[in-house]
Amino acid sequence: MSKIISVTGNHSASWAARTAIPAVIAAYPITPQTTIVEKIAEFVENGELKSEYVRVESEHSAMAACIGASALGLRTFTATSSHGLALMHEMLHWAGRSRLPIVMPVVNRSLGPPWNIWSDHTDTMSQRDTGWIQLYASNNQEVYDTVLMLFRLCEDPKVLLPGMVALDAYILSHTFTSIEVYEHDEITDFLPSYEAGHWKLDPKDPMATGNIAGPEYYYELSYAIHEGFEAARKLIPKVEADFKKHFGRDHGQFINEYHCDDAEVILIALGTMGEEAQLAVDELRNEGVAAGSARLRVFRPFPAEQIQALAKKAKAFVVIDRSLSYGHLGGAATEIRSALYRGGQTIPVQGVIAGLGGRDVRHTDIKKMFKIGFDVADKGEAKPDIFYGLKR
Amino acid sequence: MVAIKDLPREEYIELGHAACAGCGATIAIRHALKALGDNTILTVPACCMSVIQGLYPKNGLCVPVLNTAFMTAGAAASGIAAGLKYMGKDKEINLMAWAGDGGTYDIGIQALSGAAERQTNFIYTCYNNEAYGNTGMQRSGATPYGSFSTTTPTGKMQHRKPFARIMAEHGIPYTASISAAYPRLVYETYSKAKEFVGTRYIEIHTMCPTGWRYLTWDTVEMGKLAVDTGVWIMWEKEGEEWRFLGRSKQIAEGKVKRKPLMDYLKPQGRFRTLIKNPARVEEFERGIEREWKILKQRVEC
Repeated sequence: MSKIISVTGNHSASWAARTAIPAVIAAYPITPQTTIVEKIAEFVENGELKSEYVRVESEHSAMAACIGASALGLRTFTATSSHGLALMHEMLHWAGRSRLPIVMPVVNRSLGPPWNIWSDHTDTMSQRDTGWIQLYASNNQEVYDTVLMLFRLCEDPKVLLPGMVALDAYILSHTFTSIEVYEHDEITDFLPSYEAGHWKLDPKDPMATGNIAGPEYYYELSYAIHEGFEAARKLIPKVEADFKKHFGRDHGQFINEYHCDDAEVILIALGTMGEEAQLAVDELRNEGVAAGSARLRVFRPFPAEQIQALAKKAKAFVVIDRSLSYGHLGGAATEIRSALYRGGQTIPVQGVIAGLGGRDVRHTDIKKMFKIGFDVADKGEAKPDIFYGLKR
Repeated sequence: MVAIKDLPREEYIELGHAACAGCGATIAIRHALKALGDNTILTVPACCMSVIQGLYPKNGLCVPVLNTAFMTAGAAASGIAAGLKYMGKDKEINLMAWAGDGGTYDIGIQALSGAAERQTNFIYTCYNNEAYGNTGMQRSGATPYGSFSTTTPTGKMQHRKPFARIMAEHGIPYTASISAAYPRLVYETYSKAKEFVGTRYIEIHTMCPTGWRYLTWDTVEMGKLAVDTGVWIMWEKEGEEWRFLGRSKQIAEGKVKRKPLMDYLKPQGRFRTLIKNPARVEEFERGIEREWKILKQRVEC
């Protein structure tokens, strides 16, 4: 029977693995992901979770082991963060290009030096082009639900791609809230067992994967991955609707909109900042200000059409990025501007960099960003990107 | 020793594969797979075998192959092994990682050591051609002292790692050091190794005319010379017991004398600079003596 438990964001991820029952889990500990893999070890060793659990000697090996297991046509799972994700980079490409539906929560943490273990989206943003579906969660229930949704989405024969769900370090990873969890039997209607229909390692039908393919094939193989992402784009609303039908919850598909329909300024953010922005909107609405917020939940496939539709509702966007592509801009602002340009839209997009390395971004800060946004809406022109709260 | 006429007729590497003429690695995999048979899964990191198996959409290997990234043979195999265990097929399917010396001694050592420590159930083969062959013969941790490579153009200044011994010391159930010059021994070694549960490490000295710079038709001769001169030592460790194999056993027991080192060095272009320097040849020899001494201690105790 489903039950309500009080858990951290990390344990929400562990519980999701317990519910989905991956055949193989291969993982390596890293702060602040550690408690995910510790809890899984507990589940496996007390017999609650019948997965093969490989305690590998690095994240690079964790992903390689997941690839090996997934290549047998089995459901696989791992989790990491920050430097662990960076070390995996080569194998993230390998998983994506192998079309293996591995699911992985990533606890968003900064990269060193200096050592810093707090929230920052640079780790996941740096993996944009690895062929992984990428979602950002904003609360513990969403972490749990998104892992289940990702298995369903990634294992779909038209998609067959790996997927990661990002959750902010500490703000989610180590913060307790109540969530609803299920036993495996209760979710099998929504998430049936994985049947690999494309290729797998099977001595009865020997096939090789990954051997040399020259320029006459590589391009088409890359395009096929792109098609997988387009299939995922079509399927995400369906999966989320189906999830709602079974479990009564959804998380807003691509973009979780809050008071956007009559907003003058819409502030866009990812993860917990997206949820924090709703508090700021509540206060501003009480003050009679037409503010709205949009939490960008799906980053790959990037919801360009939804961003274009959103732009029709407002006079200006403010985009907060908890990451910085040095020498350019924040990851989300870059994508949003690109989507608008493609849609022929000219509303000003005010980029704001904030919260790097775990610097707190409160709703009071977000209200100040809104203020800048209304100024931009009035003038019809964005300022150069703002480094909010930077001490010089 | 199995007679040639009794070797299985089945071939698991097709004619028309993409190996260089005279490739020792191809002799090795041909006879290893004859021993393992149909019910085998292979994982191959970046190495000559990535090329030898042929170009997409075809493949010259007749068992399922997961090609994987350079440093991941041990890790990818760990995942496959876990999956096979989950499926209850770990006893019926032979799992083998097939990696070169660069992918084993250097970039792959961590994943391999981790897999061995976890007692992963698989055979790990290092086919050792003593350099990064696939990228055009750069120095590896397995390149012999004094050898030319494209990154040691005047000769390598260090001895190679005693890697098979390092693996044996992981406490794995079976370790062997053999040579592709003895295909029947290759076949017998794999026939034996597949009966063990846990990590089995087999290192095969694989002659490489392209990199070692000798004539292609001398491949088997060159492999035998490596053993006859004592440069390559064939041995196995089963449980706690170490023993010499084949010609190396005869050398260890004093039944045959080691051939002069120069017989092996002279025909190979890669040692052309080394052999002009007697002091360095002596150092080469000291390395060989050291390895014999250590292995004899292991075998005798």
